Amino acid sequence: MYGNAYIDPKKANSSLVDGENPEKLAEFEARIARGEKIEPKDWMPAMYRKQLVRMIEQHAHSEIIGSLPEGTWITRAPGFRRKLALMAKVQDEVGHAQLLYNAAETLGKSREDMINDLISGKSKYSNVFNYPAKTWADSAVIAWLIDAGAIVNQLANSRGSYGPYCRALERICAEESFHLKYGHDNVVFLATGTSKQREMVQDALTRWWPPIMHFFGPSDKDSVHSETLMRWKVKMASNDDMRQQFLNMYVPKIWDLGLTLPDANLKKNEETGKWDYTEPDWEEFKRVINGGGPCNAERLAVRRTAEENGQWVRKALLKESETYVTPLS
Amino acid sequence: MKIVSLDPRVNRSSINETEESVVLKKLDQFQTYEVFAQTKRGVHHVHVGSVHAANKKIAVLFAKEQYARRGKCVNIWVVKTSDIATTEYEDSDIFDTLDEKTHRNPESYKVLNRIKEYKERTSK
Ligand SMILES: [Fe+2]
Ligand SMILES: [Fe+2]
Repeated sequence: MYGNAYIDPKKANSSLVDGENPEKLAEFEARIARGEKIEPKDWMPAMYRKQLVRMIEQHAHSEIIGSLPEGTWITRAPGFRRKLALMAKVQDEVGHAQLLYNAAETLGKSREDMINDLISGKSKYSNVFNYPAKTWADSAVIAWLIDAGAIVNQLANSRGSYGPYCRALERICAEESFHLKYGHDNVVFLATGTSKQREMVQDALTRWWPPIMHFFGPSDKDSVHSETLMRWKVKMASNDDMRQQFLNMYVPKIWDLGLTLPDANLKKNEETGKWDYTEPDWEEFKRVINGGGPCNAERLAVRRTAEENGQWVRKALLKESETYVTPLS
Repeated sequence: MKIVSLDPRVNRSSINETEESVVLKKLDQFQTYEVFAQTKRGVHHVHVGSVHAANKKIAVLFAKEQYARRGKCVNIWVVKTSDIATTEYEDSDIFDTLDEKTHRNPESYKVLNRIKEYKERTSK
């Protein structure tokens, strides 16, 4: 789950449109059906706003936390060009977070509240970033395959209905093509290198495969709200569909390098045209997302420390006369 | 307990795992500036997004980092979001009357018939 809509399972049976004015709702839905974008000050159902804030905020947190496992290797990147490229990629990811925080902010949640909810553990971010990047090869696998997954998700969401989110995603997707190429380049370099290098990249791939299979989240085809969220163009594709799209694009490229994936059942089913695979361990997914992963504590502590260390500077710069209005778009 | 990380930068920072969470107060992240970027000399600046910043100078710096990392940009303007006045989409009927103002459109001025008629009348 990168920037996915999320429904509180406790409220699974309530309707998303409870208490909404039926005329306004119909007009709103007609606009979306016509392909119009919704802008910040337009009328929108309360649950549309809520779902978008949650989704965009979670996406922003994923970008900023996601730069931590990759950042681990900046100081030890092999060679100057790779160090420069990794720094540029990490800067892009932090920039993506800024764009997304701004998009979420247009819906009425302040940036301070979003950061507070991240460091207190109230808000979630993509689960994959709770795992460590053990070797340089892990950073290569992340840059190639986690970014590939992110691109599948972001391209789908960029066709959504909320204007500021779509515009942020357009900018983000343009930069992701560099991330993907950079990651692929690093993986190919190792996979076509010495036996030690091949071993490194194979190990990293084996380690990262379960989190990659978790990336799009559990199947949501039976979710009672999916239909409404899809009609509102908040959710653009089911988690299963995005996972299938990812497998279809990248498994052949991985196998092509002579690398293997730790799932004996993984194969394209020629009858259905879909990929068969072993269902990932969703209990592990739940355990990690709720704080039980190897790096959850580190990620949040690093983020909290960054806010703490910068606070005195921000305090010194803050003028008495400062006023706040919501960004325009 | 100190965080032990694979990242040497994190180890150097000597971070405590369990500590009271900081709570950012209102305006900790300052206000926003809207950013306008020009892709080449001679064309209009175009709105590209916003940045949070403590003042104009920092806003320009952040805008450059955020919106001009790659691709073409030759100039940036920033302006406080709170200094911008806007119309409302709700009131977009204020633009409706423009079509009725035919006197503003060149096509509504037809002189050729008149000239032709004049020439016919005076050549006799
Ligand atoms: Fe990103
Ligand atoms: Fe990326």
